[in-house]
Amino acid sequence: MMGLQLQSDCWLIWPVILPLSAALVAFLAKGQPRLSGLTGALLTALASGTLFLKVVNHGGGSYDLGGWQPPLGISLRGDGPAVLMVLMTAVTGLAISVYAGGYFQSRIAMGGKGRRHIVQERFFWPLWLLLWGALNGLFLSADIFNMYVTLELVALSSVGLTALSGKPASQVAAMRYLLASLLGSLSFLLGVAFLYKTHGSLDLATIQAALALSPPVALAMALISVGLMLKCALFPFHFWLAPAHANALAPVSAILSGLVIKGGWYLFFRFWQGFLPLVGDGVVVVLAGLGGAAIIWGAFQAFCQQRLKMLVAYSTVAQIGYLFIIFPLLAIGAGQGAAAVFYFAISHSCAKAALFLAAGSIFLQMGHDRINNLDGVRQILPITTFAFALAGLSLMGLPPTGGFIAKYMYLSLAVSQDSWWLVLVMVVGSCLTAIYICRAVSHVLSPRMVAGRSQVVVGASMEWSALALALVAILLGFIAPLPLGLFEVVG
Amino acid sequence: MIWQNWLLVMILLSSLVPGLIIFSLAESRHGLRTTLNLFGAITKMVLVMIMIVGIHQGKSFAVHLVLLPGLELVLRADLLSALFVALSSILWLFTTIYAIAYLEDSPNRSHFFGYFSLCVTVTIGIALAGNLLTFLFFFEMLTLSTYPLVVHRGTTEALAAGRVYLIYTLAGGFCLFLGVVWLHVLVGPVDFSREGVLSPLVESHGQTLRIIFFLLIAGVGVKAALFPLHGWLPRAMVAPAPVSALLHAVAVVKAGAFGIIRVVLDVYGLQTAKGLGLLMPLMLLASVTIVYGAIYALKQDNLKHRLAFSTVSQVSYIALGISIGHPLAIMGGMAHLVHQGLMKITLFFCAGNIAEILGVHHISRMNGVGRRLPLTMAAFTLAAMGMIGLPPMAGFVSKWYLGLGAIAQGQGWLIGVLVLSSLLNAAYFLPILYGAWFKEPEGEWPADSGTVGPVESHWMLIVPPVVTALIVLLVGLLANSGLSPLAWVRLIINARYGL
Repeated sequence: MMGLQLQSDCWLIWPVILPLSAALVAFLAKGQPRLSGLTGALLTALASGTLFLKVVNHGGGSYDLGGWQPPLGISLRGDGPAVLMVLMTAVTGLAISVYAGGYFQSRIAMGGKGRRHIVQERFFWPLWLLLWGALNGLFLSADIFNMYVTLELVALSSVGLTALSGKPASQVAAMRYLLASLLGSLSFLLGVAFLYKTHGSLDLATIQAALALSPPVALAMALISVGLMLKCALFPFHFWLAPAHANALAPVSAILSGLVIKGGWYLFFRFWQGFLPLVGDGVVVVLAGLGGAAIIWGAFQAFCQQRLKMLVAYSTVAQIGYLFIIFPLLAIGAGQGAAAVFYFAISHSCAKAALFLAAGSIFLQMGHDRINNLDGVRQILPITTFAFALAGLSLMGLPPTGGFIAKYMYLSLAVSQDSWWLVLVMVVGSCLTAIYICRAVSHVLSPRMVAGRSQVVVGASMEWSALALALVAILLGFIAPLPLGLFEVVG
Repeated sequence: MIWQNWLLVMILLSSLVPGLIIFSLAESRHGLRTTLNLFGAITKMVLVMIMIVGIHQGKSFAVHLVLLPGLELVLRADLLSALFVALSSILWLFTTIYAIAYLEDSPNRSHFFGYFSLCVTVTIGIALAGNLLTFLFFFEMLTLSTYPLVVHRGTTEALAAGRVYLIYTLAGGFCLFLGVVWLHVLVGPVDFSREGVLSPLVESHGQTLRIIFFLLIAGVGVKAALFPLHGWLPRAMVAPAPVSALLHAVAVVKAGAFGIIRVVLDVYGLQTAKGLGLLMPLMLLASVTIVYGAIYALKQDNLKHRLAFSTVSQVSYIALGISIGHPLAIMGGMAHLVHQGLMKITLFFCAGNIAEILGVHHISRMNGVGRRLPLTMAAFTLAAMGMIGLPPMAGFVSKWYLGLGAIAQGQGWLIGVLVLSSLLNAAYFLPILYGAWFKEPEGEWPADSGTVGPVESHWMLIVPPVVTALIVLLVGLLANSGLSPLAWVRLIINARYGL
């Protein structure tokens, strides 16, 4: 029995173990951090892809680490949503890794400021692989203490990555990020402790099956929710996000905005699947209200920004709102709401990472990212600007992109529920998104010529990896049945 | 058969693939770019011919792609889409030839022709859309592929115009999006081939259907430049002449008008739309737009601006024909879809020539242009007379059927609108013709680029307007023959309403 389980489901462990080991190797291999980092990224992506194929062909499964079953051991669960997130991380992460390789190569080749970039790269790869492993662990975790551990690992490695750029602004941002994140973790941990105390189990499925409303459970719900909202910077907890995301190194911005945020949200969603039946409509509407506020406020802030990376960062604040306005719509239909929000999450991950990668290339080439002075960058970086525009389409929810499919599902759910205020929020939000994206795109795609660095410093791998991610965001507009079919798989 | 299903995809690919290759070409690859452009345009023509012959023989063409359960992209060629596809592919060929010569030596040509090809691909997609979702899909993409063309010159004015264009069309796009989703929730996927799915809902959901109709028409009305949603169009005139020609005759405005036809006839169906009382407001709106556009055209001195307002006015003939709701009027409206395209593209080619060859942009400076550019002005004259609606030009045929339909429907006052519009058309076109042919030139032209041999300029600038002008004449003269657009429209009307 044990042996059989080991054979069939041990695939679950590789997307976690591989990046963690690769992080260690990348840290120890002083001379070749890039080579070991890229190899580790490739192996992790392959392991994630294999897991995906296994789950598609043979269904989901679970795996108890070392054969120890819950409540004693650490248990991993590979169901549809979890594997979908692992796959999303693999696709986005692989493109970001390729980009990062080119990015550090270009930075080091440009010289200047001594060995700073070499040191940055030396720490980038271990931190990034650690983060990747922790994220995969978070997605695949079945017990809530394990979730806390991986969440903390994700947070610490993200803060380390944020601080990597060494600029004073990013130091301050990283410090704020650290404090917000620690506060969130603490709150989450307290909530977990309450749940463990009341249910005597750490397995999320077991807890959810027995969940009943009582004061300690309510307190646990509140603590867990607030902690995770802090982590994913839901309005009004978004204060730390924009400076941290915008001031980080280019690949780091993409990692933070595309992937890390989704980790906190994923846990929130998983917990709330159990909480939803317990709470009244009012609580759910408050959640969605915060999401709506995030959509409008974030988009407005994005529109007001003068710097490209700040614009993209505030766009993340806005898009997080879409991950939360879904909660009133979850109750109806055969899981259509959950499918919609996961599709939104994976489309956003690809599109946002592509935007940040492209913005990073533009920054590197021009030496600044003031939007009004970016006219004509198209002539120097045609592929990058094209990627930026394509990814922008997905964010606006225009066809033919994954964002369009997600918005279509959202809107039809809201209309069929007669949630007209949600429809209004989405339409206004989409208009605002269109306005700020078009503002940026009209400058970078402008036919005017402008003075910049005459020599192209952005490597081909940087240009193409951003385009590849943008093309995945487009492709998601055509292959929705495939990922959503996976969504039905239970663990 | 397999090839039948792939034909539609190939029609799309025949401009998409050359477009994508052109994007990656260096600016200096003039020969290869021209070859690709013409190869794409001619291939598309041939494929469309095959399709039309097939449809005539009763073959059916359709392709499906499932985006989500219940959410399908469908390409299907029916009689109406064949009309629009044929118009687009023929005019694309001429516009391509014209644009190659017009943009000679100007910067960013790879970029221009790349988006140009994308734009035509998307327009064909709109024409072939078999359900409302597919229509929305391509309709939104049209905004995005035309925007770079509008701002192609890169001047402050062009960028400002582009911004206005985006605001109007994206806002319209979101209205359309909401309308499509709402309708989907109400009745499931709305296929164009199943007219009358909405009729059972008239009793129970009348008000909802009216709101949805408003959203859909607002969405397509922006592109069709229906008053008061037309504000972007005159500003978009800063684009190069081939773009204006494409925007006004084939792509954007025509896609909007085509959308009105689809929404009224294929989504709601004539009976349902009448039953809900939706046609009357549309008729009033179209009439106002017709007169309003014509009056504003009269006020413009810039030739391209006058033509722009003339488009606002003339395209609403299509909406008017549909909203009258009589088969004869619908026939006039649909025929005008083709006729207006042919006439307007000729006029824009000519306006482009006058600006490009002589540097003349204003009507007050056009005195004596006919002597320097006789062929161009001859083409302009033919098209302008068609616009006014003089027999035997194409424009007359459309107006004739519009009038017949209006009377048959008991809306005789519309004759007044038609007559008024014709008078205004005459008032803003005839002075141009008079000045160009009969007045003396006022000294030197601002920037004469000189003749090329015996011809007034490069042949690729002259041949397209001359040919399209001749087609305008032929289409009117031979309106009753089996090969005219009118005959095809008659087929559509017969198949639907049985004349």
